[in-house]
Amino acid sequence: MNLQDNDFALFGLKQAFAQDRAAIDVRWKELQREAHPDKFASHGPAAQRVAMQWSVRINEAYQRLKDPLKRAAYLCELAGFPIQAHSNTAMPSQFLMQQMEWREALDDAGDLDAVENLLADVQAARKALLQQCAQDLDERQDPAAAVASVRALMFMDKFAQDLNQRLDQFE
Amino acid sequence: MALLQISEPGQSPNPHERRIAVGIDLGTTHSLVAAVRNGVSECLPDAEGRVVLPSVVRYLDAERRQIGFDALANQTMDPGNTIASVKRLMGRGVADVAHPEKLPYSLVDEPGMARIHTIAGIKSPVEISAEILATLRFRAEDSFNDDIYGAVITVPAYFDDAQRQATKDAAQLAGLNVLRLINEPTAAAIAYGLDNAAEGVYAIYDLGGGTFDISILRLSQGVFEVLATGGDSALGGDDYDRALAELLLQRSSLVAASPEDQARLMALARGCKEALSTSEITVAEAELSGGDVDVSLNRDEFEAVTQPLTHRTLQAVRKALRDAGLGKDEVKGVVLVGGSTRMPQIRRAVAEFFGQEPLTNLNPDEVVALGAAIQANQLAGNNPSGDLLLLDVIPLSLGVETMGGLVERVVPRNQTIPTAMAQDFTTYKDGQTALALHVVQGERDLVADCRSLARFELRGIPPMAAGAARIRVTFTVDADGLLNVSAKEQVSGVEARIDVKPSYGLTDDQIAAMLKDSFSTAEADMRARALVEARVDADRLLLATRSALEMDGDLLGEEALYEVRGAMERVTHAVGSTDPSVIEAAIKALADVTEPFAAMRMNRGISKALAGKSIESI
Repeated sequence: MNLQDNDFALFGLKQAFAQDRAAIDVRWKELQREAHPDKFASHGPAAQRVAMQWSVRINEAYQRLKDPLKRAAYLCELAGFPIQAHSNTAMPSQFLMQQMEWREALDDAGDLDAVENLLADVQAARKALLQQCAQDLDERQDPAAAVASVRALMFMDKFAQDLNQRLDQFE
Repeated sequence: MALLQISEPGQSPNPHERRIAVGIDLGTTHSLVAAVRNGVSECLPDAEGRVVLPSVVRYLDAERRQIGFDALANQTMDPGNTIASVKRLMGRGVADVAHPEKLPYSLVDEPGMARIHTIAGIKSPVEISAEILATLRFRAEDSFNDDIYGAVITVPAYFDDAQRQATKDAAQLAGLNVLRLINEPTAAAIAYGLDNAAEGVYAIYDLGGGTFDISILRLSQGVFEVLATGGDSALGGDDYDRALAELLLQRSSLVAASPEDQARLMALARGCKEALSTSEITVAEAELSGGDVDVSLNRDEFEAVTQPLTHRTLQAVRKALRDAGLGKDEVKGVVLVGGSTRMPQIRRAVAEFFGQEPLTNLNPDEVVALGAAIQANQLAGNNPSGDLLLLDVIPLSLGVETMGGLVERVVPRNQTIPTAMAQDFTTYKDGQTALALHVVQGERDLVADCRSLARFELRGIPPMAAGAARIRVTFTVDADGLLNVSAKEQVSGVEARIDVKPSYGLTDDQIAAMLKDSFSTAEADMRARALVEARVDADRLLLATRSALEMDGDLLGEEALYEVRGAMERVTHAVGSTDPSVIEAAIKALADVTEPFAAMRMNRGISKALAGKSIESI
């Protein structure tokens, strides 16, 4: 075990998209129990620093593993297909059309129900895409295909955030 | 000193030696110190048997000061030099103080942390808090007739980096080794043993003298996570007193004109409130300059005039639950903290709201300190079988200022800590060798709406074409929630130097200067004691190094081994000296030489432990 191991190896998990969230939580806490700086509070600064490095590394892996979208992106990256969310924003025209439709629907949404319906649509589409990701990554072993889904999901998450902000305004 | 005893984590180096560690609740209105004795956490009393220390400091002249009850007693007589509720100023600027004109003392109108004019000169909130902490430290040392190894100090869950750092600085100034800062609600939960209890969500309802805090914690596998915090920093037991005082004046058709009248009336109201917590009816009597107060009052009347205040606390509870995304039926238990929760109407309102009786069997004034003491005992290594792990989240997002006064978020709130996040920056001019960074904390998009934590200047960037440098700035937040920043230019590998100008904190130089003239160094003729201590430390370090070499000597190359052996010999030799500084210097040299070795051993230890865990669980 070392600091450079990938997140899955660090957590002793199979390198795959499908994961049991509860199991990830349990592992996280087991690992923190061994490495947290508090455990070495009386062992001097060198020990504190090393423990801190491990503890930070465990938290970093935990943040990535527990979130399906981040996990998918990380799997793509490990397979040699980085997402490059900032530099590569080209999306299929069909997807962009749908985004535009959603954005328009949000602009037109006059009440709470309309926004909630829209949010339900987005959540359903998100779920379908995540399933697509799972298939691409775990069954078809096609990370290149998963990259497109991950990017689309990032757009959707941004849009879902906007929707939630709008919901807050209605409340 | 780098200790090498890492083979048995969680145990103190010498099992026969018990380290005295205390928990300190540094409160707005009062503070307490507690410690675990004979397996039980208890608050330590002063010579008069009182456990509570009013968080009040009065400066009499340049040298003398009163702390606690004596200061409180003279507050009305000498308001300008008597500082109360200094916690509200910790890590805060003058602009943050809601009504500076209402304070009885005058603040120094300068950027940075608000400071106060006193007869003893200008005092920072850190120094004033240090007086309170040092008083508690001396109390603990007298109780045990021994030195204190370290302390766990509690802070509100919503405290930002500047406020936490200020608290830690105050502890350092008071000569305390801070084992950990922990959140007050977490400490309360520990005191009730909830870390051993069933998993679930707990609400900590904390109504103190001047503040109300509500925290929603989730406990799973003995780990506390703060899900949401809320409250009202201008609502507390004092407001109940004030409402009651109004009522008393009204009933007596009087006005309280002078400060003396005000003080007498407030004391009367407080007495009434306390009486009505246990009995149904009380009589309020006092002489004011305008006439006598003589009013009979029953509990229903008191509750009626203070009902809006109780209602306000419940509104904050509702909001915190909403922030946590939880319904009140999902809360498994409610803990009451703060003396004001003794009022029956509070207990009833909380019970009604949550549909269950709150936990009240511990003294609500003491519960936070008691929990901190349990954690301190554990961190000092006195409880090797204990398995308490506190995992916190960062309460507010950290970000840096970008073009146009916008905030770029670097560490989002509620991220579990410790954590580290890296961000790349570049230069915008040819040959640029320095870069300014402004770090802020808060959830808003505009820098102006967030709290300024510090300005950093990175210097020593190798000159390159504009945009060619890649400066990776790493923000590390430690387990206490405190931020550290480091920077490295990626292309050349040059470490940029960082100059920190904390917006509300103190620089290391300022702290060093304060330490120099503080009590912790003022103790006279410590030489004999220092010599004994240095010899003990030397023996201990030699022993530890020897056993570490035996166990993990293979980690060291020949040259490193030679260096360590040389440093050991020099320590052995130095022990014969009668000058403690000679021994200390040799100890330090050995500690420095063995530090990389300690780190390697530690790394091996953790690596093994984690690998062991993986095999078990797969």
